[in-house]
Amino acid sequence: MVKSILFVGVGGQGIILASKILTQGLIKFGYDVKMSEVHGMAQRGGSVTTQVRYGEKVYSPLIGDGEADVIVAFEKIEAVRYLKYLKEGGSLVVNDYEIYSLPILIGAEQYPENIIEKLQESVPKTKALKAAEIAEGLGNIKAQNVVMLGSLIKALGLENMDWDSVIKENVPEKFYSLNVKALKAGIGTWDI
Amino acid sequence: MKKIMSGNEAIARGAYEAGCTVAAAYPGTPSTEILENIAAYKEIYAEWAPNEKVATEVVCGAAIAGARSLCAMKHVGMNVAADPIFTIAYEGINGGLVIVTADDPGMHSSQNEQDNRLYAPHAKIAMVEPSDSQECKDFVKYAYEISEKFDTAVLFRTTTRVSHSKSIVELGERVEVGVKPYVKNPKKYIMTPANSKVKHPEVEERLEKLQGYSNNCPLNRIEWGDKKIGIITSGISYQYAKEVFGDNASYLKIGFSYPLPDKMIIKFAKAVDKVYIIEENDPYIENYVKTLGIQCIGKEFIPTCDELNPDIIRKALLKEEPKKSYELDVKAPSRPPMLCPGCPHRPVFYAISKLSKLKKNVIITGDIGCYTLGDEPPLNAMDTVICMGAGISAAIGFEKAAKMGNRDDKIFGFVGDSTFFHSGITGLIDAVYNNSPIVMCILDNRTTAMTGHQDNPGTGRTLKGEPAPIISIESIVRAVGIKDENIRIVDPYKLDETEAAIKDAYNANEPFVIIAKQPCALLKEVQKRRANMKCKIDLEKCKECKACMRTGCPAISFKEGHVIIDQSMCNGCGLCYQVCKFNAIEKVGE
Repeated sequence: MVKSILFVGVGGQGIILASKILTQGLIKFGYDVKMSEVHGMAQRGGSVTTQVRYGEKVYSPLIGDGEADVIVAFEKIEAVRYLKYLKEGGSLVVNDYEIYSLPILIGAEQYPENIIEKLQESVPKTKALKAAEIAEGLGNIKAQNVVMLGSLIKALGLENMDWDSVIKENVPEKFYSLNVKALKAGIGTWDI
Repeated sequence: MKKIMSGNEAIARGAYEAGCTVAAAYPGTPSTEILENIAAYKEIYAEWAPNEKVATEVVCGAAIAGARSLCAMKHVGMNVAADPIFTIAYEGINGGLVIVTADDPGMHSSQNEQDNRLYAPHAKIAMVEPSDSQECKDFVKYAYEISEKFDTAVLFRTTTRVSHSKSIVELGERVEVGVKPYVKNPKKYIMTPANSKVKHPEVEERLEKLQGYSNNCPLNRIEWGDKKIGIITSGISYQYAKEVFGDNASYLKIGFSYPLPDKMIIKFAKAVDKVYIIEENDPYIENYVKTLGIQCIGKEFIPTCDELNPDIIRKALLKEEPKKSYELDVKAPSRPPMLCPGCPHRPVFYAISKLSKLKKNVIITGDIGCYTLGDEPPLNAMDTVICMGAGISAAIGFEKAAKMGNRDDKIFGFVGDSTFFHSGITGLIDAVYNNSPIVMCILDNRTTAMTGHQDNPGTGRTLKGEPAPIISIESIVRAVGIKDENIRIVDPYKLDETEAAIKDAYNANEPFVIIAKQPCALLKEVQKRRANMKCKIDLEKCKECKACMRTGCPAISFKEGHVIIDQSMCNGCGLCYQVCKFNAIEKVGE
């Protein structure tokens, strides 16, 4: 059985690192994995996605409409933008966090209201968390990506694997303990 | 040993293992990481060339000299490099030569969606197409064997989803092949008409031999499954096809895709009830299969535009209903890419945007790079973007046409530093030579920014991280013949200075150059240096006129009735501080 995970967010939020840690972990735990990311123009403050698929044997690195087992949205409107990729019965892990795009900043478009509530109404398996706040509480807002990753790992039922060693191998030593704490906090968000 | 690698990392690894000794490229998404990763191997000489043509010529020379060589480029880069490629095709090689083209179906970071597979038959060189990272590595080794066995350059074609997808790769050891001796051979390496006339028939013979190889090589294989459907496919499309059809179809998986394996295709088509061709963009395989008299289903169902995915194939060929998902009664606002907070390009576009509101005859020809984003609102400071270098050359044509049409358009052409070295210099020469009173704005942010901060001839460092002479844009501009009084070198963070230069340029009647010098705000050393530099709004003084918001800086927003500057995004560039008429913005942390 192949599982498909779609990471969505805004360039600069650390999505690539989060999906890289996940990918490295999945390989370590014996899965075949494919991960796809986009570079270049798309990273200049635009909407970005990475896709991770794992299982016994994976062919396509890409996920189609209605095929994602989990969507991990680092920003609320990005969850809305990519919602059509979520399969029926799939889980949505969404960061209760706003980043205004240029059309919103200059008043050409409006940031919609009550997105989290609407997502929760529509998608039964929605986990909303304030990853940025949690990461700030741990001392560095930049760890919000690993908080999101923790919450995803719990959604996948992979929380009992040895993620500490995966983090150790994939982040600079000085950020190791911060990221381990962030991952635990993310896993813990399902208990609230 | 197994490792997860992107296709680009795996190509670099393949070059290393195959004994490659010389590599060159100009950065371009999605190809950039190939050379960045090759540079990490001390056994390979690797360089950033000023453009793809130079990179290709460097490796043509290296291959003739006897080295296994590799150049890499994005799809549009191959247009720049086409000239040497079409003639090295006649000359052949000495050491193996691999030319990597990374195409971008879906145009994630490109100006067009050209399908470079068509270059292989056009240039008459062999082509291979990997479909995952393991094949990326393995196919480089095959490519060198093919190159040396058949005396041909080999086109190595990937796409974004091959280059930027990661999958598991089994690593091998490097095989040292050394650099072969060079023996002078004018009939082979000097393409005068007399020699080329002899060479062309040899090229045609070589293609026949290559076709024989294509029918028997391990890169092309048949995977038998259910024979009701037979799928002919290559590259990433193979992975999508397997995902959709699994064992419910048979596959002719093509890895050596020029010349295509005619006998294998005929045999395969005979054995299956129906033939599907699954390929992205152009009907490259399909057209060939049809010339063999084989009925097949392809582009009437599989879209030509945009990249494929399994879902598209399922809907197209299996006529499956869309999968159930969720919908929300909310429209997600758009999120286009934009100039970063503190970007040194912004003040220049702000100034020109302001001028173009006053003077309706201002025309702005743009170019490829971060500064393409000067086209975005609220700046809207661009009329055209075509390709690398056209920011200057198209300005000349615009100026000449305007004059012929009795219009007084004033053309401002924009290029970046790396783009200036790539193909801006020739346009500059044309402007001087043919006396075109355009303004050439060279936005020198001391790096090749859009592709992720690669060095270039102006940065003082090579791809290998070694010190290099800094090639001065200003000296080139002077040497070409732009008069001293028509040159302005400005710090774009100083808006007065920038606006004054643009005003002088507007009034000039001769070719004029503005060089705006300020390093990219995302460079690590810049971020460190400016970490505590911020602009802050004094809410008591702020009249909410929103003049600062007209700079299009993403750090400035209007929330809960106030203009605020996001301190985590701001780098204190000071543009907003300079446009505020009420002194409501202060600069801190100088």
